[in-house]
Amino acid sequence: MKYIDDFRRNDLAQKLARGIAAAVQPGRDYQLMEFCGGHTHAIFRYGVQDLMPSNVHYVHGPGCPVCVLPIGRVDLAIALARQNLILCTYGDLLRVPGSGRTSLLKAKAEGADVRMVYSTQDALHIARANPQRQVVFFAIGFETTTPPSAVALKQAKAEGLSNFSLVCNHVLTPAAIHGILHTPLPGQLAIDGLLGPSHVSTVIGTQPYVPLAQTYAKPIVISGFEPLDVMQASLMLIRQINQGRHEVENEYTRAVSAEGNRKALALVAEVFELRPSFEWRGLGRLPDSALQIRPEYAEFDAERRFDLPQQPAEEVKGCDCPSILRGIKRPSDCKLFGSVCTPDNPMGSCMVSSEGACAAYWTYGRFRQEAA
Amino acid sequence: MSPQPKRFAQRLNLREGTVDMTHGSGGRAMAQLIEELFMQHLDNPLLRQANDQAAFDVPAGRLVMSTDGHVISPLFFPGGDIGSLAVHGTLNDVAMAGARPLYLAAGFILEEGFPLADLARIVASMAAACNKAGVAVVTGDTKVVERGKGDGVFITTTGVGRVPAGVNISGDRARPGDAILVSGSLGDHGVAVMASRENLSFDTRIESDSAALHELVAAMVAVAPGIHCLRDPTRGGLATTLNELAQQSGVGMQLEETQIPIKPAVAAACELLGLDPLYIANEGKLICICAAEDAEPLLEAMRSHPLGADAAQIGQVIEDPQGFVRLRTAFGGQRVVDWLTGEQLPRIC
Ligand code: SF4
Repeated sequence: MKYIDDFRRNDLAQKLARGIAAAVQPGRDYQLMEFCGGHTHAIFRYGVQDLMPSNVHYVHGPGCPVCVLPIGRVDLAIALARQNLILCTYGDLLRVPGSGRTSLLKAKAEGADVRMVYSTQDALHIARANPQRQVVFFAIGFETTTPPSAVALKQAKAEGLSNFSLVCNHVLTPAAIHGILHTPLPGQLAIDGLLGPSHVSTVIGTQPYVPLAQTYAKPIVISGFEPLDVMQASLMLIRQINQGRHEVENEYTRAVSAEGNRKALALVAEVFELRPSFEWRGLGRLPDSALQIRPEYAEFDAERRFDLPQQPAEEVKGCDCPSILRGIKRPSDCKLFGSVCTPDNPMGSCMVSSEGACAAYWTYGRFRQEAA
Repeated sequence: MSPQPKRFAQRLNLREGTVDMTHGSGGRAMAQLIEELFMQHLDNPLLRQANDQAAFDVPAGRLVMSTDGHVISPLFFPGGDIGSLAVHGTLNDVAMAGARPLYLAAGFILEEGFPLADLARIVASMAAACNKAGVAVVTGDTKVVERGKGDGVFITTTGVGRVPAGVNISGDRARPGDAILVSGSLGDHGVAVMASRENLSFDTRIESDSAALHELVAAMVAVAPGIHCLRDPTRGGLATTLNELAQQSGVGMQLEETQIPIKPAVAAACELLGLDPLYIANEGKLICICAAEDAEPLLEAMRSHPLGADAAQIGQVIEDPQGFVRLRTAFGGQRVVDWLTGEQLPRIC
């Protein structure tokens, strides 16, 4: 626990805050996009914004695996769950509204066998314990959660677990950043720099970001998820912006290296391959931005095993999630925010996931709006 | 009461037997279950009268009554089980009016196939909790549902207690300037249950704080009969309870994160699971809101009772028409501590 406390020390935070205040140049704004919902959450939960000078702004990015999943994939999960099989997935996904305001949680209430699991290993246990039933793991997440999915498929194959399969929705961070920085839409907030997710980089390293920083001339700092990490990384970004540099720097040196975790990467490459194109909520279809299961593991690919009608899905009218995920709008800009859409009655994924920008604004920051 | 061996041809098999539909049928099997299992543990003169109700004299003054259904998975967890929980939960709800609990009623819904040995363990644990608290189960009920239609055991308990004269504790009495106190560390029960449910093994064993709080309350009321609000932060934890009180009283609250007692092991487990300890259930803690001048004597009284050893003031009531509960983080920032939405779910990545 001392370990955790060290990253939340008030005196260090105040010292960093003074450093940042001294570093920012008056008369200019700093728009820092935190790609990952983990950072959004840390910023709000610890009140980091309060420690920043008024010209440093955090722009919330798309990096929550639940938020970027398009409604069509949620529909697919619900359709699968209704096929009299056991559908396993991570908790947050259960509440995400699909088309027609239904969700996995509602399907469960109607009798579908939907189970919340904490790990791919839990899903494997369920498959072993129910040999007479099909068990599908609906896998979502960035590079961090991909290696455990790969391990599960390898184990299933080794054991000949014929009733287990996986829907792969694993997506790739650098491709999404490319999607945000490429052809910005008119009116898009200018982003001066990016905080990169550290958990992702423990797997892929810092190297994959180098071409992005160069192509788009934006500094990227890989940042840990503790509030002090976020502040330190912000200072590193501010310094780069002041100096006109656009490099990839690593704040999270305690776990991240340039080349990442070779073993995990090899494991992922053995089981998964690039998907030519994948739809992201808010970012549209992005080439080479997601993974699919390799033909060698085809028998464990639920998308091949089950007949899954691909229907066009409808976005909720008035929900600004797509613009929020791109950093173009803030949650409070959405007309539905706080009136029609709240965490108890979410219209979009940004309000569902505890790491989503709308939920963070609502849950932790609401008094700021009321005061304003 | 010692069972009369001749009444039933064979004794209940408390080692390998299971609950079956006949145990809820009102016939001989049910009588045997009551006599050889429930009576064995919960015996007292009122229960032994074996009526469908318990008759007793009512003391003068205000009575309070509270009822609570208990469903929990797993049924046994570090530091307790559904039996002791069903006793503590209701005694505490009664005690939060400043009352001394007098009697309990207990209703059991059993699932066909439930092992009698586990049931005996649960009832023994209820009995131990009652004995320790000095309160008796004086009437009860048993029903059996078909296999698959229950979760092993559900227990509903109802408690009756008496409020001492001059005490008027209610959730709508918090006033700006009042002090907010807690009796000890938060989140122990919820994390203990979650850890045993999910088979997560932590280095330190985290035990539920399940306990009856009425003695602590009695000590508190003795030094400060003018306490404004008392509540046990069970489901939804501290955050939910304070939001309830803020709404009932039409006030805001300002908390200091650094003052909130949380055990390092609980904080670490929450960190790992991506949970916020402020929202996690407690079964042996109370929140007290009192006039500022009562805070020190109350803290002293709480700390001299074993269940309040780690009592602390964690913030104060403020004026706020919006009714926000705010927290100054250890980090120096401010944030809202909102109502919980749905269940807290562990993080994905
Ligand atoms: S407030 Fe709700 S509707 Fe608006 S963008 Fe956020 S999630 Fe979508």
